[in-house]
Amino acid sequence: MIPGDFEYYRPNSLDEAVKLLATHGDDARVLAGGHSLIPMMKLRLAAPEHLVDLRDIASLTGISEDGGNILIGAMTTQSEMIASKVLSESCPIIRETALLIADPQVRYCGTLGGNVANGDPGNDMPALMQCLGATYILQGPDGSREVAARSFYEAAYFTEMNDGEILTAVRFPKPTAGHGYAYKKLKRKVGDYATAAAAVILSMKDGNCVSVSIALTNVADTPLYAQAASDALVGTAIDAATVDQAVALAEGITEPASDGRGPAEYRTKMAGVMVRRAIQEARERAQ
Amino acid sequence: MSDAATMTLEEREATLGGVGTARKRKEDVRFIQGAGNYVDDVKLPGMVFGDFVRSPYAHARIKSINAEAALAVPGVKAVLTAADLKPLNLHYMPTLAGDVQAVLAEEKVLFQNQEVAFVIAEDRYIASDAAELVEVDYEELPPIVDAFKAMDEGAICLREDIQGKTEGAHGARKHDNHIFTWEIGDQEGADKALKDAEVTVKELVTYQRVHPSPLETCASIASMDKIKGELTLYGTFQAPHVVRTVASLLSGIPEHKIRVIAPDIGGGFGNKVGVYPGYVCSIVASIVLGVPVKWVEDRIENLSSTAFARDYHMTGELAATKDGKITGLKCHVLADHGAFDACADPTKWPAGFFNICTGSYDIPVAHVSVDGVYTNKAPGGVAYRCSFRVTEAAYMIERMMDVLAQKLEMDPAELRLKNFVQPAQFPYNSALGWEYDSGDYPTAMNQMMQAVDYAGLRREQAEQREKVARGESRTLMGIGVSFFTEIVGAGPSRNCDILGVAMFDSCEIRVHPTGSAIARLGTKSQGQAHETTYAQILATEIGIPSEDIGIEEGDTDTAPYGLGTYGSRSTPVAGAAAARVGRKIRAKAQKIAAHLLEVAEGDLEWEIDRFKVKGLPEKEATMKEIAWAAYNNLPEGMEPGLEAVDYYDPPNMTYPFGAYLCVADIDVDTGETSIRRFYALDDCGTRINPMVIEGQVHGGLTEAFGIAMGQEIAYDELGNVQGASLMDYFLPTAVETPVWETDFTVTPSPHHPIGAKGVGESPNVGGVPAFSNAVIDAFSHLGVKHMPMPHTAWRVWQQCHELGLTK
Ligand SMILES: Cc1cc2nc3c(=O)[nH]c(=O)nc-3n(C[C@H](O)[C@H](O)[C@H](O)COP(=O)(O)OP(=O)(O)OC[C@H]3O[C@@H](n4cnc5c(N)ncnc54)[C@H](O)[C@@H]3O)c2cc1C
Repeated sequence: MIPGDFEYYRPNSLDEAVKLLATHGDDARVLAGGHSLIPMMKLRLAAPEHLVDLRDIASLTGISEDGGNILIGAMTTQSEMIASKVLSESCPIIRETALLIADPQVRYCGTLGGNVANGDPGNDMPALMQCLGATYILQGPDGSREVAARSFYEAAYFTEMNDGEILTAVRFPKPTAGHGYAYKKLKRKVGDYATAAAAVILSMKDGNCVSVSIALTNVADTPLYAQAASDALVGTAIDAATVDQAVALAEGITEPASDGRGPAEYRTKMAGVMVRRAIQEARERAQ
Repeated sequence: MSDAATMTLEEREATLGGVGTARKRKEDVRFIQGAGNYVDDVKLPGMVFGDFVRSPYAHARIKSINAEAALAVPGVKAVLTAADLKPLNLHYMPTLAGDVQAVLAEEKVLFQNQEVAFVIAEDRYIASDAAELVEVDYEELPPIVDAFKAMDEGAICLREDIQGKTEGAHGARKHDNHIFTWEIGDQEGADKALKDAEVTVKELVTYQRVHPSPLETCASIASMDKIKGELTLYGTFQAPHVVRTVASLLSGIPEHKIRVIAPDIGGGFGNKVGVYPGYVCSIVASIVLGVPVKWVEDRIENLSSTAFARDYHMTGELAATKDGKITGLKCHVLADHGAFDACADPTKWPAGFFNICTGSYDIPVAHVSVDGVYTNKAPGGVAYRCSFRVTEAAYMIERMMDVLAQKLEMDPAELRLKNFVQPAQFPYNSALGWEYDSGDYPTAMNQMMQAVDYAGLRREQAEQREKVARGESRTLMGIGVSFFTEIVGAGPSRNCDILGVAMFDSCEIRVHPTGSAIARLGTKSQGQAHETTYAQILATEIGIPSEDIGIEEGDTDTAPYGLGTYGSRSTPVAGAAAARVGRKIRAKAQKIAAHLLEVAEGDLEWEIDRFKVKGLPEKEATMKEIAWAAYNNLPEGMEPGLEAVDYYDPPNMTYPFGAYLCVADIDVDTGETSIRRFYALDDCGTRINPMVIEGQVHGGLTEAFGIAMGQEIAYDELGNVQGASLMDYFLPTAVETPVWETDFTVTPSPHHPIGAKGVGESPNVGGVPAFSNAVIDAFSHLGVKHMPMPHTAWRVWQQCHELGLTK
């Protein structure tokens, strides 16, 4: 539980950080809250030789509304998201999800950027960002580009992000007023990653569902956007039979690993249970 | 005139803070301010650090070890391997169970994470970096992971060092992977009872491998002063005096030249009783290098290599009449001891006190046999917050009682009431050889049933089952009853010793001229609040306020010899020595008082903190005055000073008991169990400090909850240890922990000087079966007899799934 040797840098501008990454190439890693990276380093599963800490780059922190979009800086911590008035009012599912991540100590340090850039299928924010239809803004030596959360994840710890790039912010359209939402997570204890979790956002009009998005956490080697399950609900009154159908479609795309949380079969079923409960709650909350 | 002279009796009692007072824990003042002093806080000049190279395999032959690259790292001082220890005859060390354990693996590794080499460097980081560079060439061998296959014909021999040895420390070995068979009771009688019985039940009840997982891991610092030839050893030792004796025997350093210091300990629960390779390696390294050497385990090392607990596969059988009177018990245990037999039991008890497994019931005939086997797993087998193998025994009998009740279609509480040892039967001789000192089981059981409205709970359960059957609810309700009897306070020298040292304990006290005192004992607190409670026992005996009595333990240079703290033995044994040492002080004080008051000793009577002359209440001598006089105004010919020592060899163990009840609600869709209610009634005899008792019960119940609902040190088929981190190993936090309701009855121990029994471990012993019975009870109406622990959500879900309850 003792990490290998490394050099530590704390630049105060994004440019400088990007330059440091360019200089050290493969051997360098960005450090945000450190609550995924440092445990990996202690286990020597990661052994970066150069750590570039982003905490002094002021431009990477903050939550703002811009027209119909919400923009969250990569270095915004989970606890800042929980405390945010903007998010509580416009997009309360973020607060609900963040509160299910570990404990206050972890949430004071852990950042949104680190959580989504990490590529760990156990992280809760990636599926939520897929559910919200978010876009990741990346800055590299050759400038900036954008990648949709729904196409960002390739495999466990493999993402669309290139070496040398830094995630600077996450942007997503503000969910429509009166939307229903729920994040349901089954876990063994506080501080555990999900056995299975589901994010659901939906809107109702005249008793019919007009839009839905569903995404799943930790039931495959990437977060999963459940397109077919979402589609199944649109245009319906979300009756029992449709919910059954959506649950079955969501279960169908899972490919969980067997681990201490349970065998694959169980985790698939739990994804279904979480989807069912999240749909029910979102439906009840929708106006 | 002192304040004491004008105080009322009640005020004097309150000032005394003696037995029965909910005095605040004295040690917490430093603990809650981060001012404790743990081994890792100790920093000695010139100290260096050791780290282990560990085996990635569960079973492999070591072909070569090359430490060149590690030795070349700047700051590396040495790399020790078995080849270095062998000439000193230290590559193996004796275990408390009469086996030997490899300190550093010689030809073979026998479990994953076994110690292979010890790298010593200037700092911890260098030691870790260098450990990665030690090249070990292994040839993998097939592992034995399943204890049931250890003694198969043709099974590979794990312990080549004792291959072919047909006699072990505990009798004949019938297979290379067999350690011992231990038997007790009347086999013929038990067989006959089963054959003749109207009703019998039989069930394999497994108590999974768990780990005590104290928050502070194991650690040591050895400091060899080569000029004086003296070794100082700091460590996380629950039994420091025994460690000194073992260190002397192993190293050849005379015992008076070894000083063992156990500073503050952050929880032990049995994990810190044994001697580990890390301790031995730090000693050898300090002898070789002549500087202090520190070794501190990390969490993964603690969970995967230092002593586990349980791993008992128990096949229980009960014979009974149709109306529920038990007529006999039989139990066979397959005990998985891992790669070395490192159980920490009294020498003559290879299966601990498992023969307490007749529990609280008057069972006329019983037989137990235990087979210990080697497997490719970490060694251990310690008493994790219980007396030796007592939790296993209680789990077996309390599960079997429910299995029998189900077969008889009788309420589990009623079956227990019907079979209790009755108050008039004490002292009670059990069929398996114990003499229970005292108990009143029916009173405790009835008090519990009334407190929780047992009949009402059963009615509610019946209604809830109807609702589930009608599809109106998806929550199953379970009620778990557990009534346990523990056996603690090892123990009488006639049947208890550790490495030949009788299991007495001790207390020494010195009263200072101004009327305060220092007392030292042979035990060692790891959080049990000894500094608080021993002082209370002494206060009541000698009339000096507990606030004015300092308590010290853990330094072999100052404390009297004792066998340490585990198996709830501190109060029953050292607590008894404290009471008796106090009585010696009071006897001398009485003589001094008679001299001061110019009366005969017999004319005096004791009152809280002073002697009074009978019939002349204004003539009195307070303990404060007597203490002063002990140093300047003594009766003719009396030795000055006010000191005493007592070594106490208990005449018997003590037998705490209790009635627990758990109400669980199970979500059939996720398998999650929520503990709605937990009621624990404990009878530990005389209650020294009710608040400390409550704290001990809360802690023990929390551990029991962890064990029953989630803890397991599991291995895959290759012998890879699964989830040896706190991410997977379930330590409940405040969020998961249920609310505890505590209650008590008081049945003093007739042989203990103040009637006290142990309590620290009762909640673990009684708690585990209560949780497990509650979960299984939720399914009992559907024909389920037993479910394996731990009752994790997925295992419970599996049961729901098999029964067709899930969607
Ligand atoms: C006990 C415990 C329990 C936890 N439980 C959960 C849980 O249930 N759910 C959950 O979602 N998380 C959980 N976490 C993880 C926690 O939320 C982490 O904080 C988070 O995943 C990573 O954020 P970080 O800021 O700490 O990132 P870091 O650990 O600093 O970085 C993580 C990775 O992302 C990279 N990275 C970080 N920021 C950027 C960036 N701006 N641009 C490019 N790359 C970047 C780093 O190089 C690194 O590879 C837990 C952590 C702990 C210690």
